[in-house]
Amino acid sequence: MADELLLEIVTPEEMVFSNNVEDVNIPGEEGAFGVLIGHAPLLSAVRPGGLHYTRDGKETHHAVGEGYAEVTNQRVIVLVETCERSDRIDAVKAREQKEAAEARLASLDKDDKEFEKVKAELNMAEIRLKVSEKT
Amino acid sequence: MAESLRDIKRKAQAVEKTKQITKAMNMVAASRLKAAQTRMENFRPYAGKVMEVLNSLAPQMKDSTNPLLAVREPRRIRLILMTSDKGLCGGFNNNVMKTVEGFIKRHREEGKEVSLIAVGKKGRDYFRRKESIQASYIDALAKFTMDLAVQIGADVIGPFENEEYDELYVAYNEFRNIASQRPKIVRLLPLVADDLSEVNVFGDYIYEPSEEVLFAQIVPMYVRVQIFNGLLETSAGEHGARMVAMENATSSCAEMIESLTLKFNKARQAAITAELMDIVGGTEALAKSS
Repeated sequence: MADELLLEIVTPEEMVFSNNVEDVNIPGEEGAFGVLIGHAPLLSAVRPGGLHYTRDGKETHHAVGEGYAEVTNQRVIVLVETCERSDRIDAVKAREQKEAAEARLASLDKDDKEFEKVKAELNMAEIRLKVSEKT
Repeated sequence: MAESLRDIKRKAQAVEKTKQITKAMNMVAASRLKAAQTRMENFRPYAGKVMEVLNSLAPQMKDSTNPLLAVREPRRIRLILMTSDKGLCGGFNNNVMKTVEGFIKRHREEGKEVSLIAVGKKGRDYFRRKESIQASYIDALAKFTMDLAVQIGADVIGPFENEEYDELYVAYNEFRNIASQRPKIVRLLPLVADDLSEVNVFGDYIYEPSEEVLFAQIVPMYVRVQIFNGLLETSAGEHGARMVAMENATSSCAEMIESLTLKFNKARQAAITAELMDIVGGTEALAKSS
């Protein structure tokens, strides 16, 4: 197909992905949204969650951190602080992290400085775990 | 008294060993520098994009109530000082610490309070007794990711919003090339429109959720990007400075070995000559007596 959507996923460490895709689904601040070619220009905040795109009829999943996405007519740029492809996530480790975060959260007071931080950690671990189950 | 032959030889051997070490350190620094430079390269597109979005939102700043934009009278200043954890890198740490010392002095004379956040052991050790250090990150630079910038960011953003201090600066060595790093102090907070160029590259976008919410998210990202950038520059600069320092040390060692070898040869020749004189003198005396 000549007119495909160019998806670029950029993190501070590297350009994770840069290729044509058929569609992409992004975890936006106000819920997940899908982008197809010809989408209206959009600038959206991205919150930690699962991102997936279709290329050659095959879906690929990523766990992404906080960031934002810029959509133009033929191009989607996703800027996130972290991004991991589902098959690179160590599910065992993610589960351990999730349990560790849960245990810590239970011991913390709600007003504690750490509370929000650990909660974010737990959220990320849950997302990674969930994404790792998808292939 | 002249040194004995053995002493000179021992010295030359010791210098040779030092030279091997400095040479190895030079090579290690070179490979780490390369890795650090690659990371800087990889970071550029991300940093550039964040700045682009921030710039595009700059017109919104005037009527934004975002706490990170609040300009207060700067009475309390906080500074993130980035140095290396290890030494043997020439004037790398000293340069930035001297600059920071001047900065602190200047602001103190104006009656402002200055407190520090130290990244890197050298900076912390230097200021430990003189200044108030709010937090320190030691041995974090050897292997760091964006997580470190997120942590430091969390350490500075909250207190700024709670008005525990009024202005945030970051000090680090700007990496210009291998041989040259320049100390740099940049203000991070509050973010003012003058720091940004007001080119709206986006035009009529749909902003989701709203521009204001997007803004609230991008400003902390900007702070983290700046911190991460400082960390990358510090790490590349450290390895560059160490590489140069070790190269100088290696060539100094080579020079020293050369001069010691010369000294050794001279001393050996002197000993041989003296011995010959003895023998000649001895035979002459024998010839005379017979």
